[in-house]
Amino acid sequence: MKEIVIISGKGGTGKTTITAAFAALAKNKVMADCDVDAADLHLILSPDIQHEEDFYSGKTAFIRENDCTDCGKCLEVCQFAAISPDFIVDPVACEGCGVCVYFCPVDAIDFNENLSGSWFISNTRFGTMVHARLGIAEENSGKLVTLVRRQAKLLAEKQNADYIIVDGAPGIGCPVISSITGANAVLVVTEPTLSGRHDLERVVSLAAGHFQIHTFVCVNKYDLNAEMTDQIEGYCQENNIGFVGKIPYDTIVTDAMVQAKTIIEFSDGVIAKEIGIMWEKINRSI
Amino acid sequence: MIISIASGKGGTGKTTVAVNLALSLENNVQYLDCDVEEPNGHIFIKPEFQPPITVGTPIPEVDKSKCSYCGKCGEICQYNAILVIKNNVLVFPELCHSCAGCWLVCPEDAISPIERELGIIEQGNNGGVEFIHGKLRIGEAMSPPLIRKVKEKIDPAKTVIIDAPPGTSCPVIESIKKSDFILLVTEPTPFGLNDLKLAVEMVRSLKLKLGVIINRSDVGNDEVRDYCAEENIPILMEIKNDRKIAEAYSRGVPLVALYPEYRAKFQTLYHDIERRAGA
Repeated sequence: MKEIVIISGKGGTGKTTITAAFAALAKNKVMADCDVDAADLHLILSPDIQHEEDFYSGKTAFIRENDCTDCGKCLEVCQFAAISPDFIVDPVACEGCGVCVYFCPVDAIDFNENLSGSWFISNTRFGTMVHARLGIAEENSGKLVTLVRRQAKLLAEKQNADYIIVDGAPGIGCPVISSITGANAVLVVTEPTLSGRHDLERVVSLAAGHFQIHTFVCVNKYDLNAEMTDQIEGYCQENNIGFVGKIPYDTIVTDAMVQAKTIIEFSDGVIAKEIGIMWEKINRSI
Repeated sequence: MIISIASGKGGTGKTTVAVNLALSLENNVQYLDCDVEEPNGHIFIKPEFQPPITVGTPIPEVDKSKCSYCGKCGEICQYNAILVIKNNVLVFPELCHSCAGCWLVCPEDAISPIERELGIIEQGNNGGVEFIHGKLRIGEAMSPPLIRKVKEKIDPAKTVIIDAPPGTSCPVIESIKKSDFILLVTEPTPFGLNDLKLAVEMVRSLKLKLGVIINRSDVGNDEVRDYCAEENIPILMEIKNDRKIAEAYSRGVPLVALYPEYRAKFQTLYHDIERRAGA
């Protein structure tokens, strides 16, 4: 079983469009949406939820006004400026470290687990999908990503699946690190812009450099700046990164999205063909 | 005044709006790029950077000659970043949230804070725009502490424009909190709408004022506009889908340099925000 994670560095380059297309192309697979704080894959795969579970993660301090003696110890020890001078905890600023709870001399601080979101196992027209929703303004997206991947892996093992196809998050921080560690391969979807190239180099340093994961790159909307696309291809060759394809700019990608279809279902044009070739190239090299 | 540009969905045009708003105001502007994972503002503002400053966050270092292996540090730590196993103490620096619990609780005074590198902060000017960004170290998972350090540079005497990271979780909240106004940039597509709704809920949970900018306004469908009308959210600007804008963006050319008439539009946008933030 091979786990392939689609990431991008820069946001909005087309991760989810490519992930959904791979979901349509790959045989015998499980899908996972690990972009838990702006999940979009469900808009294309229309999951029918079979199983739902709460996600509890982290704790938040709460000062019981009636028991508080205004001694100020909590204010003194809090490193996150989460407690106001009149001893009210700002739940958004609270990091859930429990240091105030420990040091409160009169035990006036409650410390309860947060309901931080929920996660789902669903049926889709392409097979099983694991996805999640992080609560508004909640933390610990990395932990939820880890949970989604673990559930997808358990299901894939049970179903004897050949692939797990994972939609990742933008950036290079906590949710991205949680979505790629231990994966078999990473596909970075970039665009031929200075920003795209800058962000590509950082995310490739993370995936191929720091974590030593087999990394592939493709350029979306390549014809917006063909020269930049060539530079990106050159960068990949120099750094031994598999450059697997370039997709032209076309508004049919948006049209397919509006119809809640993958580009593979929506058209048999050049974009669908190019993504099919990309999938074959990745498939052969892993 | 502090204006934050955020989005939910990535790649909708946060940096485009932040850059062109900053360039249109010309003077007394501070641009803070808080997308420390993938900062791009400098590509368009082109500041002359001063030498970078390395920033860190405190993590525990244990003096084993003083340690009595009582295990209190491991008990207080909520992140499994420090563990006592028999006669050994293990520290996992990448899990530490710098809460200070372990060194405050240690009865033997055996733990003291040392720095873990988070990344760098670079600062520079171009014309009337003071530019500051953070760059997260490759492999570092936690961006909020670096974002906090970038925001320590805020100059309240200036118009502060914050370019936030995409998403709706902790790095975004750290970037936009304490702002006077939030601009949410979206595109009129199903993904844009879904992520806009999440971003609106997030901004409302922080009790901040907001407005929407629709980028590539003539693609997709009308659902974003319908949603904004239902929710009474003002649409403050629309930018058409224009291949020339995308091509200029790809070369690091700001919109106001390509189409100077946008300067007046961004100035109007600023006055509109000023009025709404004061109201």
